[in-house]
Amino acid sequence: MSGLVLPQIRATFRAVAATVVPETAALDADGWARLEAEVERALRSRPERMVRQLVLFARVLEVASLFTDRTRFSRLVPAARHRVLKSLELSRLVLLRRGVWGLRTLVLLGYYTQAEVQSRIGYRAHVDGWSARRTSGEHAATPTDN
Amino acid sequence: MAESRTYDIVIIGSGAGGGTVAQALAPMVAQGLKILVLERGPRLDDHEFTGREAEMAPALYADEGGFLTADGTMTLAMGRVYGGSTVVYTGTSLVAPERVIRSWCVPGLEHADLERRCEQFMAANHVHYLPRVLLNENNKRFFTGAHRCGYKPEQFPVNLRGCKGSSLCNLGCPNGAKMGTHRVQLPDAERQGVEVVTRAEVLRLEERAVQLRVSARPEGGKGRPSEWAPGDYHVSARLVVSCGGSIGTSALLLRSPVTAGIPGLGEGFTCHPALILVGEHDHPITNDVGHPKSYFVDRAVADGFVLETCMYFPFVTAKNLTSFGPEHSALMQAFPRLQMILVLACDKAVKENRITVDKSGKPVVHYTFTPAVRRSLVAATRASARIFFAAGAKRVHSPLSEPTLIERGDAYRMDDLIREDYFLPGRVSIAAAHLMGGCAMGTGARAVTDARGRVRGVPWLRVADASLFPDSLEINPYLTIMALADRVAEGIRQDWGSIS
Repeated sequence: MSGLVLPQIRATFRAVAATVVPETAALDADGWARLEAEVERALRSRPERMVRQLVLFARVLEVASLFTDRTRFSRLVPAARHRVLKSLELSRLVLLRRGVWGLRTLVLLGYYTQAEVQSRIGYRAHVDGWSARRTSGEHAATPTDN
Repeated sequence: MAESRTYDIVIIGSGAGGGTVAQALAPMVAQGLKILVLERGPRLDDHEFTGREAEMAPALYADEGGFLTADGTMTLAMGRVYGGSTVVYTGTSLVAPERVIRSWCVPGLEHADLERRCEQFMAANHVHYLPRVLLNENNKRFFTGAHRCGYKPEQFPVNLRGCKGSSLCNLGCPNGAKMGTHRVQLPDAERQGVEVVTRAEVLRLEERAVQLRVSARPEGGKGRPSEWAPGDYHVSARLVVSCGGSIGTSALLLRSPVTAGIPGLGEGFTCHPALILVGEHDHPITNDVGHPKSYFVDRAVADGFVLETCMYFPFVTAKNLTSFGPEHSALMQAFPRLQMILVLACDKAVKENRITVDKSGKPVVHYTFTPAVRRSLVAATRASARIFFAAGAKRVHSPLSEPTLIERGDAYRMDDLIREDYFLPGRVSIAAAHLMGGCAMGTGARAVTDARGRVRGVPWLRVADASLFPDSLEINPYLTIMALADRVAEGIRQDWGSIS
């Protein structure tokens, strides 16, 4: 698929993002740009058919709530968005479950691969392993397997 | 116009199969033979292994580790780099169980022979047990919890040399400690004169030849440029050895007119479907430092599953936790307090599960979760939850319950909360990394090769990878792949007079 994907479904995608990871609601413009850049990068390497299906699912999601809530998905309050996504996630139709899984996975990719987010949740893996913990004073020994 | 080149032997793939065949045949270079290894992925320099999730997954894995099955309900992880999947596994090194090899019923394949070869590779790859001082709490708590539940946790032997405990094994060891084919077999083969060409995608097989395309290094991407100039090549060879893995080899043979009609091709795919489960403790535990995979519980015979310790990175962890929203976020924010278990179902080869190719020749993997696999995953999830609580966890995340969090106070009704009707493919994140079958060895009508990887009716073609497995292995397959590949190479040396 040529060109950027998210501009076609931006409002829906951001509404899904805020539902999947509530912390994204606090992202500033730079934060959204980083998240969406990572998602766009990942989408470029995915099969075109899969990307088209994802865009189609996002568009259907956006208008489906008109029938149930008389409002587009992106304009629903957070609790209603959560309810809609949850019902689709538990749907009997695997296509709907897959659609939610696909969108949520993209959101999680864009958010949790960011270094500052990883740091904020306390993830501290370091290439120096145990030695790095010694430097921080947590482990006296610096074992290395030889 | 494709450039033409000629070799005696072309090996497709550089992982456990290709790396082993390359090293085993390398002495033939001194006899005047030209041997070529073709690897689709790049060759990375040591400094490029940064351990950063967003950088390494695209550089090391096909589809960044997110290759989806045909119905989109499971992701398959395949290494695509110099060294193949031996770069991205955790280095656990187990010999295939005797009962499994016996159940394969492949005439000419004896467990004792495989075991002997495995032991040679274990010595070459520095396989040993990590000392207990190097094990982190994530692993130790699994050991304690499993013991308290009446299981028998065993320690994994691992192929590491100088492990610093970065915990980043699945992103390629940043310290070069993992003794995959990129560290041991391939460098040895290259020293002996075997040529390796990276970024080389084999498009199809032709009669005693391969058609391939070499790609340019993408701007900003990791890895060295290919050893050959970008473009299309036609490489003639007296013998071709396909080691592209279960999916790669099966798809290559299926899209090549000279092999596409072989009966049984693509059938018998198995993969050990896996779930990642987490338990949350009151206090931080060491989980993102130290080797991530030190213990396992083998319940393959009794219950059809294996439990392994594991620890993944934030995105992979987030993806594998089921559902979304505040509960999901709260669990992610508890990262330093998380204990993690990988659940593997021992699936069996069934006719529905197979590899095909689409119109453009790309692989399509059809996989249905059989009732037995579903039951195994449910039983494994219950067992894991018990282990978490026995290890002191205050709550457990179960993908097979709703809500997904189970509090310690509800542990007594585990069997009611974790249920098969919550096993909803497409909702639950299921992944697999042990991809097996598609070119099964044997003598039956659907066998693609014999016990030495000789492809039926195609005397110039051998297979030497996990596609040979007639059924699931029930353990990490890399050591068994090496042993089988060594047998294939031995057969090539024995047959060379008639081949040439």
